[in-house]
Amino acid sequence: MAVIEEDVLSRVLGAALQGGGEFAEVFAEDKRSTSAVLDDGRIEELASGRDRGAGVRVISGETTGYAHTSDLSEAGLRAAAEAAGAAARRGGGGSNVVALDRQAVRHPSTVAIQPEDVAKATKVELLRRADEAARGADGAVRQVSARYGDSRRRILVANSEGLLTGDDQVRTLFSVGVVAAGDTGMQTGRQSVGHTVGFELFDRYEVEDMARKAASRAVTKLGARPAPSGEMPVVIGAGGGGVLFHEACGHGLEADLVAKGASVYRDRVGQQVASPLVTLIDDGTVADEWGCFGIDDEGSPAQRNVLIQDGVLTDYMWDVTRGRKEGRPRSGNGRRQSYQHLPMVRMTNTFLANGTEDPADIIAGTDHGVYVAQLGGGSVNTATGDFVFGMWEAYLIEDGVVTEPLREGNLIGNGPQVLTDIEALGDDFAMGSPGTCGKDGQGVPVGDGVPTLRVRSLTIGGTAA
Amino acid sequence: MTGSRDLTDIADRVVGWAADGEAVEAVVGRSRHTEVRAYEGDVESLSSAESMGVGIRVVLGDRQGFAYAATFDDDVLAETLAEARDNASFASPDPHVGLAEPDGVAVPTLDLFRPSLLQVPTEDKVAMALELEALVRAGDPRISGVESAEFVDAMGEACVASTTGIRSESASTACYVAVSCLAEEDGLTQTGFGFSVGGELGDLVPADASDDAVMRSTRLLGATKPASTRATVVLDPYVTAQVIAILGSTLSGEAVLKGRSPFAERLGDEVGSPLVTLVDDATNPLAYTASATDGEGLASRRTSLLADGVLQAFVHNAYTGRWAGTASTGNAVRGGFKSTPGVGCRALALAPGQLDQPALLRQVGDGVLVSSVIGMHSGVNPVSGDFSTGAEGLRIAGGELGAPLREFTIASTLQKMLRDVEAVGSDVDWLPMSAAGVSLVIRDVTISGT
Repeated sequence: MAVIEEDVLSRVLGAALQGGGEFAEVFAEDKRSTSAVLDDGRIEELASGRDRGAGVRVISGETTGYAHTSDLSEAGLRAAAEAAGAAARRGGGGSNVVALDRQAVRHPSTVAIQPEDVAKATKVELLRRADEAARGADGAVRQVSARYGDSRRRILVANSEGLLTGDDQVRTLFSVGVVAAGDTGMQTGRQSVGHTVGFELFDRYEVEDMARKAASRAVTKLGARPAPSGEMPVVIGAGGGGVLFHEACGHGLEADLVAKGASVYRDRVGQQVASPLVTLIDDGTVADEWGCFGIDDEGSPAQRNVLIQDGVLTDYMWDVTRGRKEGRPRSGNGRRQSYQHLPMVRMTNTFLANGTEDPADIIAGTDHGVYVAQLGGGSVNTATGDFVFGMWEAYLIEDGVVTEPLREGNLIGNGPQVLTDIEALGDDFAMGSPGTCGKDGQGVPVGDGVPTLRVRSLTIGGTAA
Repeated sequence: MTGSRDLTDIADRVVGWAADGEAVEAVVGRSRHTEVRAYEGDVESLSSAESMGVGIRVVLGDRQGFAYAATFDDDVLAETLAEARDNASFASPDPHVGLAEPDGVAVPTLDLFRPSLLQVPTEDKVAMALELEALVRAGDPRISGVESAEFVDAMGEACVASTTGIRSESASTACYVAVSCLAEEDGLTQTGFGFSVGGELGDLVPADASDDAVMRSTRLLGATKPASTRATVVLDPYVTAQVIAILGSTLSGEAVLKGRSPFAERLGDEVGSPLVTLVDDATNPLAYTASATDGEGLASRRTSLLADGVLQAFVHNAYTGRWAGTASTGNAVRGGFKSTPGVGCRALALAPGQLDQPALLRQVGDGVLVSSVIGMHSGVNPVSGDFSTGAEGLRIAGGELGAPLREFTIASTLQKMLRDVEAVGSDVDWLPMSAAGVSLVIRDVTISGT
């Protein structure tokens, strides 16, 4: 990225604090991305993008001021600093120049092949291979779309506490969507893989395998029966269900929501909030995973935070604003979509620690219920704890055996209740698909993971009796 | 405010760089917005933002490429054009690819730009956010907190120009106040939201936003989970708008041509109840998404999608119009300058019926009023039509609203719901989304609860 000189940053931070204010920060970002889309058998689009700019934040008392600019000259940065300072405007004279101390950053992932060094033709070829494999997988396949995406995001953070640091975040993603058609209409299947790595992603994953998985999900659902309606035990497959915890409790453990009383987990630290089987971790340091990074978007190093230990709530997740207010260290959870946004408390890679049971026994021990191999997205109302998530690949369990496939639908539950209702945990932990977590209109990349597990009861939102 | 003149200059310059035999389209955009959040009587945050950039589409023969840059720097724009050109060489040949061409449809005159909004002092915006928060806190003794109370204003300008003769300028302003609050009783919490939207400050009514949020949160206090059953549901306008928006996505030319719409082969068929008449019309100034032109610079126009339950038309941009053997319906949509034009409905509205919501409730007698839904993105599949979403609401008993309900789902299929429409309300509500709200009665919906 265009380097901003250290003395310029010092002066800009000084200018930001001129009208008073206790904390100022410059966040600069230079992001380049490539995406390629195949649909209906054709490479529809190869697109490239470049986003570059900086945001200046000033905290004064209870008020945060923020302004951003795409002009990275000293004049542009100073204008943003003055705007942010004025927005946070509160009495008092300010400091002037901030001394910066450059921090070394260790990024959890190493990038073997920078995507920008790979020929576009090579990226496009992946899409053709996926298309061919999906169409060849089954005669019922009618439509295939595939998407390749890579991004390189370089960030710099400097603040009035003297911090100066940066990070270089490379992510690569591939996804396939398939439509199959039969007597029962159309069904869809998808599969996506994304990691915080470079183009070596495709040394680890064959796009043909992904395409065949997506095709098989769509074709299987052609023979699916409507999902049941009502409460029953639900077994969630390893890797396929991390979004359950992301929604059921992850968001509720974000300190900003907790502070506003908008979380059912408020005032519950130290208490048993989940089955003793549950140890929940948020960890931005897991190498290569979709939600990992060297520093968060406030300059705090990524770290591993145990949120729930053996069912007991140990801590929330923190950012600069909440940490300052409550005299708490940051936990590496201050993230933002881009330089145009204020950071908030966000998850990174959120996962359940492994259990001890044989997953086959968990299914065999379920009389009548639903087996969800792959969950879709989800949503939560953190204040009530009620949450939903979609099931993209699910089956009935009858007499301890996985039987017929089910059509799509949402499951609904209440976070605190579901956490206590976790009654079996497998020994087959796996991370899941890459996700984009949305909060207040900002999307950030997150990862999740679970071993096979059984919830005593969830409400299945199907149409069958 | 410099006017969009300078944007047009940039667009013209980029288009002027087109090489022989290539078609170039430049979309140049700039937007500004301010956001003030109030919390506990103080300003929690105040952000001001300006973003700008150029998206460049190049068509070389029957191939298309795209690139964007979030800057107006000439050197970078030249690089971006080169990048788009290079990207085109990797696309598959497609005979239908091409830029939009002027089609003679007159661009409507819509009054969407209110200069007064740009003159509002920051103090007034702050005051409005603080007023909204105070109103909600004072609205009911059971209000236990205000999660967010904000004032947001935005100004957007854009120009689309191309070597094919497109040259369209647009500018609009919008502002809103929105609040989400918590109500508590007997140790249990419920949430509610409210908003008020307009083109300039004077349009906003913080008290309306406050009243809605207080009513929504307090009326759900004590909610329980209903037993599973099949029932007639009344969708609140806000919920109907979300359902209509998904239905609209199944009527996009792209979904139809690529075999992803359950209605692809149904043109001219009676696919819905005779009570269903659905129109897409971004020329309606009441619509939040009203706009004189579409994402390719063609005039916005009115398209009748369903008339008395009969499927009349799909919507198209230039590309899908050509592919379908028809023409663009002015339905190119794009997410600013960072993307190529897709195709989609822009301002949907159901033709209203005769009865307001209380009268509909009396007509229904027994059922469930669905006041909000959660998880439309995860539980509704616009290809298969499978529909399942989390819901909250109130029981309808004896034609009146009764006990509050939570933690249940409603499920059916989009195809079946269209046929099962029993009444459309008279209470059209122009919400801040691409579809208008109205109360909607649908029979035989599965409720999943205990």
